[in-house]
Amino acid sequence: MNDDNILEVRDLQVSFSTYAGEIQAVRSVTFDLRRGETLAIVGESGSGKSVTAKSIMRLNPEANTIVRGGEILFGQEDLLKLGEKQMQDIRGPKIAMVFQDPMTSLDPTMKVGRQITESLKKHLGMSGREASRRAVELLRLVGIPNAEQRVKQYPHQFSGGMRQRVVIAIALACEPQILIADEPTTALDVTIQAQILDLLRELQEKIGTSVILITHDLGVVASVADRIAVMYAGKIVETGTVRETFYDPQMPYTWGLLASIPLPTADRSRDLIPIPGSPPDMSDPPEGCPFAARCPYVMRICSTEFPEYTTFSAEHKAACWLHHPMAPNVEPPAQVGGAR
Amino acid sequence: MTEQSSNGNGAILEVKDLKKHFKVGRAYLKAVDGISLSIKKGETLGLVGESGCGKTTVGRVLVRLYQPSGGEVLFAGEDVHRTEGEEAKLLNRKMQMIFQDPQASLNPRMVVSDIVAEGIDIHGLAGSREERLDRVHELLETVGLSKEHANRFPHEFSGGQRQRIGVARALAVEPEFIVADEPVSALDVSIQAQVINLMTQLQKDRDLTYLFISHDLSVVKYISDRVGVMYLGQLVELADSDELYANPLHPYTRALLSAVPVPDPDYESERERIVITGDLPSPINPPSGCRFRTRCPQAVEEAAHVDPPWREVEPGHWVEACPCFT
Amino acid sequence: METRYRELDPSLFESADIDAYEGERIAGPPVGFWRDAWIRLKKNRGALVSLAVLVLVFAVAFVIGPLISSHSPYAQDLSQRYLGPTSKFWFGTDKFGRDMWTRVWAGTRVSLYIGLLAALMDIFVGVVYGAVSGFLGGRVDDVLQRGIEILNGIPYLVVAILAMIVFDPGIITISIAIGLTGWTYMARIVRGRMLQLKDQEFTLASRSLGASGFRLVWKHLIPNSLGLIVINLMFTIPAAIFAEAFLSFIGLGIQVPEASLGSLISDGAAELRFHPYLLWLPSLVFCLLMICFNLFGDGLRDALDPKMRK
Repeated sequence: MNDDNILEVRDLQVSFSTYAGEIQAVRSVTFDLRRGETLAIVGESGSGKSVTAKSIMRLNPEANTIVRGGEILFGQEDLLKLGEKQMQDIRGPKIAMVFQDPMTSLDPTMKVGRQITESLKKHLGMSGREASRRAVELLRLVGIPNAEQRVKQYPHQFSGGMRQRVVIAIALACEPQILIADEPTTALDVTIQAQILDLLRELQEKIGTSVILITHDLGVVASVADRIAVMYAGKIVETGTVRETFYDPQMPYTWGLLASIPLPTADRSRDLIPIPGSPPDMSDPPEGCPFAARCPYVMRICSTEFPEYTTFSAEHKAACWLHHPMAPNVEPPAQVGGAR
Repeated sequence: MTEQSSNGNGAILEVKDLKKHFKVGRAYLKAVDGISLSIKKGETLGLVGESGCGKTTVGRVLVRLYQPSGGEVLFAGEDVHRTEGEEAKLLNRKMQMIFQDPQASLNPRMVVSDIVAEGIDIHGLAGSREERLDRVHELLETVGLSKEHANRFPHEFSGGQRQRIGVARALAVEPEFIVADEPVSALDVSIQAQVINLMTQLQKDRDLTYLFISHDLSVVKYISDRVGVMYLGQLVELADSDELYANPLHPYTRALLSAVPVPDPDYESERERIVITGDLPSPINPPSGCRFRTRCPQAVEEAAHVDPPWREVEPGHWVEACPCFT
Repeated sequence: METRYRELDPSLFESADIDAYEGERIAGPPVGFWRDAWIRLKKNRGALVSLAVLVLVFAVAFVIGPLISSHSPYAQDLSQRYLGPTSKFWFGTDKFGRDMWTRVWAGTRVSLYIGLLAALMDIFVGVVYGAVSGFLGGRVDDVLQRGIEILNGIPYLVVAILAMIVFDPGIITISIAIGLTGWTYMARIVRGRMLQLKDQEFTLASRSLGASGFRLVWKHLIPNSLGLIVINLMFTIPAAIFAEAFLSFIGLGIQVPEASLGSLISDGAAELRFHPYLLWLPSLVFCLLMICFNLFGDGLRDALDPKMRK
């Protein structure tokens, strides 16, 4: 594994067996997480982004999850090959996760302080006294006022934004190397979201955690991420630094996304260009490029084979047949790319 | 708090000091606590705010799902909550609503044609079965679906398609005014644009008037002519769309606008964010005077004692004139 | 840059004709709620078998049994007392020489009748009561709920005894005791569902279109409660059968010479020492009924559970 990387995902394939058939949620996903960076994985419903995140933590429901292939390299190990007990030693102290809904992420019957100290005692072997002190520190760190009193309160006594801070405190308690945040601010108001995103940025700098941020909100990505991976129907279709991907996107799906979002900074004459149709059914994913059915530039080859990745720079790759030398030259829509 | 409104300039809807309080145990939850605005025919008024601000309640009071606790709502000069019988029924046709949740807004046990034709059935707008079916097909095509979809069940459709069915249902009774309550919030980003474009097209074709309720400031700015910002049951600012975003006056509006992340990395790395601290106060016991003062970055002592007046500080630009910035 | 490209046929790079909305076309016949549930129910062996057995029991009790058997449930023949199962008397005879086969199925008929009565009370009283209470809400709901609480406070045993004082013990007494009190659970469930559905957006949408209360309840609220109602019925029936068996067992129900499964079991229990078949046979039928109703009810609940859908 490359020294710059703290996590390497190679050719991950995950499916679910349901009564409706097998749903291929993740169909060969490959990406790296560099030390200290924030990587955003962006996609819409059915893109497989959440499943990818949960697969790293091995939190997918055991009963019907089938890992059809791939490796997740962390340090010397392949996380997919570890036993449950070994995963438990990783979850928390090495890799932590923050979920979308703060209401259900916390145990309503346990005081907030205890939910933090549990982790500290188990993974770091702290004594009760040390752990309690650290819990108060952590609450302060995540910006909860009156930490000494609040550490003894129950989750229902906190507002949504505060609860999410608590969840972050628990996640960062053991100073994990990787933090996976799955839509951490989607359920929150926009002003609270701003607070939480600032917090995440601050904490990342302080603790040096590498962050994988799962989201569908491109604004959030522009605000906090260093690099971005765009997923569609179980595959990554474009990756690059945030600037490269926003200002020089190379894949029609990315163009489509950027062109269909209203910008608060633009004037109202800028048309919204929607992407027609809907994402494909993952129990029967199409051959070739999954975006073909909705792509305005589709060619015959697009529905036969998934395109090879074209490299544009050290970080910037995209998978699209338009980059093949035999493909016609195409300009992205006016709404997209270019300096602001 | 009254906005200068007159029927003369084509206001189809007028809201005067509207209040809606819900009884919670012994106390009252003041979901809406004195809102005044007017909407011109053919206009889209956006209503933004975060959770607990009361915007959804406003929408529901307007279409008469709730009775107001105070104030009045006038549609074409008529008090909508005082009408009865035939007139009330007519209002059901003129004022319609589009709902937020594509899962819950369609009866899972009914086929699409029955869902869409419900208004037609209730108001007897079709003379025969064929006519009813024809109208359903027409409506489905108007919203970008097809005839084949008519005898299917809601669960067979995607979120975006379900929202279209909801739009078709509202259109079936030929409304003049539509309250759209977070119509695209539950949809994927690339699908949102489909529904937004549909709504804009329909507005042009049918001269509809919209009240567009949303927490998403970018969407609201795009689709609305004017925008009102709500906080804790009251309007804090109301202005033309472009004006509001270019020149926000109220500290809450400014904080709200600065909190919205923009998909433009350079812009984001350079911008100054106005951070508001603290939690939303309870609507059962809102702060005295200016309600935003407990979280306002520029709060002044006076704000607690004075009910800030609702003033038109520039033509068309209304603001709750809190002492902290006036 | 560094990517290498394969040589490919140039015609592959021509523009293709793809309809973006093709993916949105729905294949297959429309699958309604009940059809979907039936498909899932079919996969549950236990439930299907139970259903088959129940249908069989119904058929034998009401149609086949009386046709086949040449004996009357009351005819006594003291010369034929206490005969074990023989070719003439398939289930044997009891202490009065009466044919047990006929008596057991007569008893089953009584039990099924009670079950049916309970189900009808559930539907016509329970559902209506609960729907009115839940839909109207407010004061009406408060009053109606207090009514149920009072009714629930009275054990059906007490009602049975009171009924016995007014009427003679027998089928009427049981009907009153079970019919009067059994529907309250259904009422509660339907009320809960009404409260839940009242705030759903599709209900609000209908209201904003101008739907009358009746239309709301009939077209929207009840159809979305049917699943719950049907499941509950499947459990009410065995509960009522059991209640009747209990009452008859302790002597408050069916009296001689009438038979019900409960009274037969009671009589059989007294004869357990020397003539065990008198106990086993009615017990067997009784247990079969209970188990099958419960298994089928479980299967139905799973099949109708929305969370297990795609």
